[in-house]
Amino acid sequence: MKIVMAIIKPFKLEEVRDALTAIGVHGLTVTEVKGYGRQKGHTEIYRGAEYAVSFLPKIKIEVAVASDQVDKTIEAITSAAKTGQIGDGKIFVINLDHAVRIRTGEADAAAL
Amino acid sequence: MTFKRPYSAGLAALAVGLFAATAAYAEPTINKGDNAWMLTSTVLVLLMTIPGLALFYGGLVRSKNMLSVLMQVFYTVCMVTILWALYGYSLTFTGGSYDFFGGFSKAFLMGVTADSKAATFSVDANISELVYVCFQMTFAAITPALIVGAFAERMKFAAVALFIPLWATLVYFPIAHMVWYWAGPDAISDAVKAIAAAGSDAAAKAAAEAKLAEVNADAGWIYKKGAIDFAGGTVVHINAGIAGLVGALIIGKRIGYGKDLMAPHSLTMSMIGASLLWVGWFGFNAGSNLEASGGAALAMTNSFVATAAAALSWMFAEWIIKGHPSVLGAISGAVAGLVAVTPAAGYSGPMGAIVLGLVVGVVCLFFVTVIKNALGYDDSLDVFGVHCIGGIIGALGTGILVNPALGGAGIMDYTTGKIADYEFGAQMISQTWGVCTTLVWSGVGSAIIYKVVDVIVGLRANVESEREGLDITEHTERAYNM
Repeated sequence: MKIVMAIIKPFKLEEVRDALTAIGVHGLTVTEVKGYGRQKGHTEIYRGAEYAVSFLPKIKIEVAVASDQVDKTIEAITSAAKTGQIGDGKIFVINLDHAVRIRTGEADAAAL
Repeated sequence: MTFKRPYSAGLAALAVGLFAATAAYAEPTINKGDNAWMLTSTVLVLLMTIPGLALFYGGLVRSKNMLSVLMQVFYTVCMVTILWALYGYSLTFTGGSYDFFGGFSKAFLMGVTADSKAATFSVDANISELVYVCFQMTFAAITPALIVGAFAERMKFAAVALFIPLWATLVYFPIAHMVWYWAGPDAISDAVKAIAAAGSDAAAKAAAEAKLAEVNADAGWIYKKGAIDFAGGTVVHINAGIAGLVGALIIGKRIGYGKDLMAPHSLTMSMIGASLLWVGWFGFNAGSNLEASGGAALAMTNSFVATAAAALSWMFAEWIIKGHPSVLGAISGAVAGLVAVTPAAGYSGPMGAIVLGLVVGVVCLFFVTVIKNALGYDDSLDVFGVHCIGGIIGALGTGILVNPALGGAGIMDYTTGKIADYEFGAQMISQTWGVCTTLVWSGVGSAIIYKVVDVIVGLRANVESEREGLDITEHTERAYNM
């Protein structure tokens, strides 16, 4: 099992969710985050005070999938979240040792 | 509160004519229409402060200090209201021989009842003295509340709690007395009538003329210098603005000033607050006419157009210079326009008010961006840059725009019952007296008060409190639990 973690542009969330649902991914965790990569920040001006804001708002999604689903998941996220512009985000894949569904106690693949 | 109203010229002259032959003067009567307008204006000025100013300021600070600002403004209103009733009204609006402050003859509102009358700017058109007490009370309340913006986000509440009553007592009441206290049109009219009634009796005439001189001498220091201030450019804005600058300098910069992000936490709140300020300001400016007359309509018109002009000039100047028009710029410009038109509201013509607004929007923008950054002081919410600088432009601009040749209303001379001849040089010297007296009195007085407060309770919150935010550390509350 793997956790696929993706940092995407906020307005792409719905498209990514639709794409994941289409390939049979049934659960998703979403977090509002801030960060920076190659995309530059912006300047905010309040009267005489100018601030260079380098942390931009992004959405982090985390989805747990079976190992054989990873490529399909990455492809779904990539195609849905891509605009071709700097700032589209990144995908990280992390090993997942164990999973439990709290309601039933089902474990691992059955819990996903 | 202002003195020389053009609209009463005819009435005053008529009164002089009608009663010249006899020495029996009618007791002034309370005009219900004027009274109704002043009751309305009074609550409009309260609206300016709470919630107008509180929200305008509150939106501009970081969310961790939102409640501290709301609390400081609300506290100021309540504290000054009580002081005003106890002795503030008396210290400001009683006469005698003092040029710089009044006396205690109306302390605890002694002798002021539902039947008491207060003068307006017309002979025999009085309002209830209690509504005048309340109207002026709201001015006394908003002025120290304006200062709060200069030391926002770092002053201990105990220091604010002590500073406000001291400042109101030692700075506001005297300045308001100096600018606005005079004997009133009825007193002058009676004295003028007595001179006419004396006829050829030389002794009686000399006595009557001495009486007139005495009535004219019964006024505040700045009033007698000839400075005109319709609704409080000196009393409210220059006064609070310089006190704010002195406070910002004495208390020092906020931790992280110039490095940390100190963006306004809600410009939405600030926009609501600025808009309520504008609405309430009609009570402030048009109410300062004290009568529901054409003079109030002129002040209302000027308060519309000068404000809009200043919002536009700030916004377009910022657009040209910085590349973007900002909401904060537009609402800051509107407030600067309201500040500048305050002393001019009943004196300028509408076109003059538009010019005044266009000028003040650009000058205040320049001040709070270029000059403030060059000088490096931390006046958190630009109380000095908007209120003091805008107030000075307004005070001097009033001296120019009152000129009837420029569409201004002119200055009433109650002794002759006519609009006085306008003299540019003399009027500008008078206006400068008003500006400089206020700057010196408030600047020095405020510095002393800050130092005294510092010794007694300490001005500044400790470093941990400032970092954590004053809402939690001073008030044990959060503005937003979400």
